[in-house]
Amino acid sequence: MASYSTNEFRGGLKVLLDGDPCIILENEFVKPGKGQAFNRVKLRNLMTNRVWERTFKSGETLESADVIDQDMEYLYSDGEFWHFMATDGSFEQFPADAKAVGDTVKWLKEQDVYTVTLYNGSPLTVTPPNFVELEVVDTDPGMKGDTAQGGSKPATLSTGAVVNVPLFITIGEVLKVDTRSGEYVNRVKSS
Amino acid sequence: MSEKPAWRPTASMAVLKSRAQQLAFVRGFFAERGVLEVETPALGRFGVTDPNLDPVAATVSASGVRGGWLQTSPEYHMKRLLAAGAGSIYQVSRVFRDGERGRRHNPEFSMLEWYRPDFSDNELMAEVADLVCDWLDCERPDTLSYRDAMIAWAHVDPFEATDCILRRRCEEWLEPEQLAGLGRDGCLDLLMSFAVEPNLGPERPVFITSYPASQASLAKISMESGVPVAHRFELYLKGIELCNGYWELTNPEEQRQRFQVDNRLRRASGKPEMAIDDAFLAALDEGLPECAGVALGLDRLLMLKLGLTDIAEVLTFPLERA
Repeated sequence: MASYSTNEFRGGLKVLLDGDPCIILENEFVKPGKGQAFNRVKLRNLMTNRVWERTFKSGETLESADVIDQDMEYLYSDGEFWHFMATDGSFEQFPADAKAVGDTVKWLKEQDVYTVTLYNGSPLTVTPPNFVELEVVDTDPGMKGDTAQGGSKPATLSTGAVVNVPLFITIGEVLKVDTRSGEYVNRVKSS
Repeated sequence: MSEKPAWRPTASMAVLKSRAQQLAFVRGFFAERGVLEVETPALGRFGVTDPNLDPVAATVSASGVRGGWLQTSPEYHMKRLLAAGAGSIYQVSRVFRDGERGRRHNPEFSMLEWYRPDFSDNELMAEVADLVCDWLDCERPDTLSYRDAMIAWAHVDPFEATDCILRRRCEEWLEPEQLAGLGRDGCLDLLMSFAVEPNLGPERPVFITSYPASQASLAKISMESGVPVAHRFELYLKGIELCNGYWELTNPEEQRQRFQVDNRLRRASGKPEMAIDDAFLAALDEGLPECAGVALGLDRLLMLKLGLTDIAEVLTFPLERA
């Protein structure tokens, strides 16, 4: 396994620390002119999503973590696993468990493409695109004349996600939603 | 840094003007005081033995010389000029230190180094204060001993604490297995960097003086309150280390011994030993006049002048763009 010395540390590098894959967020080089050099490193543990701060003596090494991001199409769920297929032409399939899918489960639509982070070849996390388009399957009836302004109401989307939408939205409409904030953006089309 | 296309400088045009003004100020300062500007080699046959400095090797080959080193500071060459009778001298030079890159480091940087025959460390500190406070338009520095600074912020006495106590104090930053190979001075460097430095000189600059003898480098050593201390000083402002000065060691025998100790430490930490600069030692044998000398980082001085926090902002092209 390849390893990285402190002077190769930089943001984005994926390394193994205490047995867990981590991504380096920040690397600060600290050295008194005539003294020993150190690296103060901020890393995010990709297993727990926690941010760690660690100090290394210059010259220390960390093993590289076999972590890659890959675009994959969501196929289906069998109740235990969510199955994805690589879009690189290999058609290789990967089962992601509930921990890897996490909150992304509420944005999963069959045939849409997601970023799957693989650790040693298995899905570690699934990240949705910033925007998804989903159909409204349940909401209170829309009120005529209620257009741009005014209140909002909850709407349930085809994936089970519930978002606040303007009062004029009706069942069957397709909405564009920001997955980072969980907020409604606009109507895509009327059915 | 990354938002600008890679061919562009990281310093703004306004910063380049300030850099030029700073150089003019420095030259004016020394011209007024009758200190001679000199130039010595950036590429030398020898590098320093310093256990914590890694010179950049050069593959030069000419007139029988094969291989050399980009200089980590012009110290040895300037001391040879002093031994040859140059008197008070200063130099603005580019120096090179391998592996050093961060918000306050670039492997190539600008150093102002000067020597004053017959000055003690205290007299040279006063001159450093003149230069820095004139340029930065700040208050005169405070002075704090290394020992008092360590006690105040790291809560250990660097001269009295046992190795065990020092190591335990360092466990706030390093795992016990990382501490194994660090040594006493390594522990002190860690505490200096993480516990002490950030607190130094929030408003006005502060001189740190009277370093442990083990960190004397090329400074004289004498007894102070019952412990051997180095006549070495550093100036800090806003937690940034700005300069390092010595009341210079002139004894060639002691210098030889320190070189050998350095190389032992290098060997112990897995670094290559460095050949000892015989021309420098020959100059000491001939007689280096009693003097004090100091090296000051010009890039950091400009950062402080302009209130910038990343050295890239004062460099045209840091290493990744050079």
